[in-house]
Amino acid sequence: MEIKQKTTVLKDLMFMTKIDNILNWARSNSLWPLAFGTSCCAIEMLMSSVSSHHDISRFGSEVIRTSPRQADLLIVAGTIVKKMAPRMQLLFEQMAEPKYVIVTGSCAISGGPFTYHSYTTLRGIEKIIPVDVYVPGCPPRPEALFWGILTLQKMIKQNSLIKWSKKNKKPIFSALPVDININDINKEMRQLLEND
Amino acid sequence: MNKLELIKKINKLFSEALIIEKNPIIKIKISKTKFISFMNILKTNKDLSFDMLYDHTAIDWIYKNEFELIYNLYSTTYGYHIIVSVNISRSDPRIITVSNIWSISEWQERETYDLFGILYEDHKDLRRLFLNDDWNGYPLRKDYKDNFMLER
Repeated sequence: MEIKQKTTVLKDLMFMTKIDNILNWARSNSLWPLAFGTSCCAIEMLMSSVSSHHDISRFGSEVIRTSPRQADLLIVAGTIVKKMAPRMQLLFEQMAEPKYVIVTGSCAISGGPFTYHSYTTLRGIEKIIPVDVYVPGCPPRPEALFWGILTLQKMIKQNSLIKWSKKNKKPIFSALPVDININDINKEMRQLLEND
Repeated sequence: MNKLELIKKINKLFSEALIIEKNPIIKIKISKTKFISFMNILKTNKDLSFDMLYDHTAIDWIYKNEFELIYNLYSTTYGYHIIVSVNISRSDPRIITVSNIWSISEWQERETYDLFGILYEDHKDLRRLFLNDDWNGYPLRKDYKDNFMLER
């Protein structure tokens, strides 16, 4: 009797992990970002990566939403000041689970040029909301954002996000390597898809 | 009317106005007592008609114990630019509002009150504009200090 129960439990567990894999595969290939830009990063990086030259839709995240209820990836692009922080926190809370956060630009990561002698700029978003991936740069190139999205996709597939696992306790710092261009990112993403 | 003629015209209309800079933009210094009548003339005179106040801000000269108030004016009919500057005491930063002449200055004065703590007399609604209502102090003053700030 006991053995039977145990096996059913194991089967259930197996089933759940399989479902999780499928769900993670689906989630990682259709990230819907929330358009949340507060300063120059939004213009230089986020808007140009959406536009036709760089075209974020090649990477499965073209549906930029203006409502947090429909989005599952928060890209914090720009300086966050004291007055903006509660609003951003509210937007993050309104997003449906599962939700991921990419923080771009030195202002949002650490305060950047406003670290010293500033009366409003927050020195790091990590204090308010859980961050998954940092994309450094001032502002980062659109390719760097794609590299950050690729990192996030890998993290989702390996189930190694901060909220879910105890493996990573700090956000991943995904700087764009020097000798990589947009075609390499595209190839790597295609490989990732073919592997699945 | 070129720049020299404009300077002559202003001098003729208002002899107390002191022209301290000519290039690139004419900068006029005026005392606090004569300030509001001078601004009225700049707006209403038909040869000048400075009908647009496109910026208003302050400078904190902490070693002189003074605030310098800057008014950038533009005439849409003639295309003149001038800067009017008034010096007021830092310990008692009070000046009469110009929102009766240019109504946009209601907002610009609220901003300057918010960041420099300059009190505008006869202003309709002098509240903070950018910072929270419970903020202590005026952050663009040179002697402003805060627990949140990092000193280097």
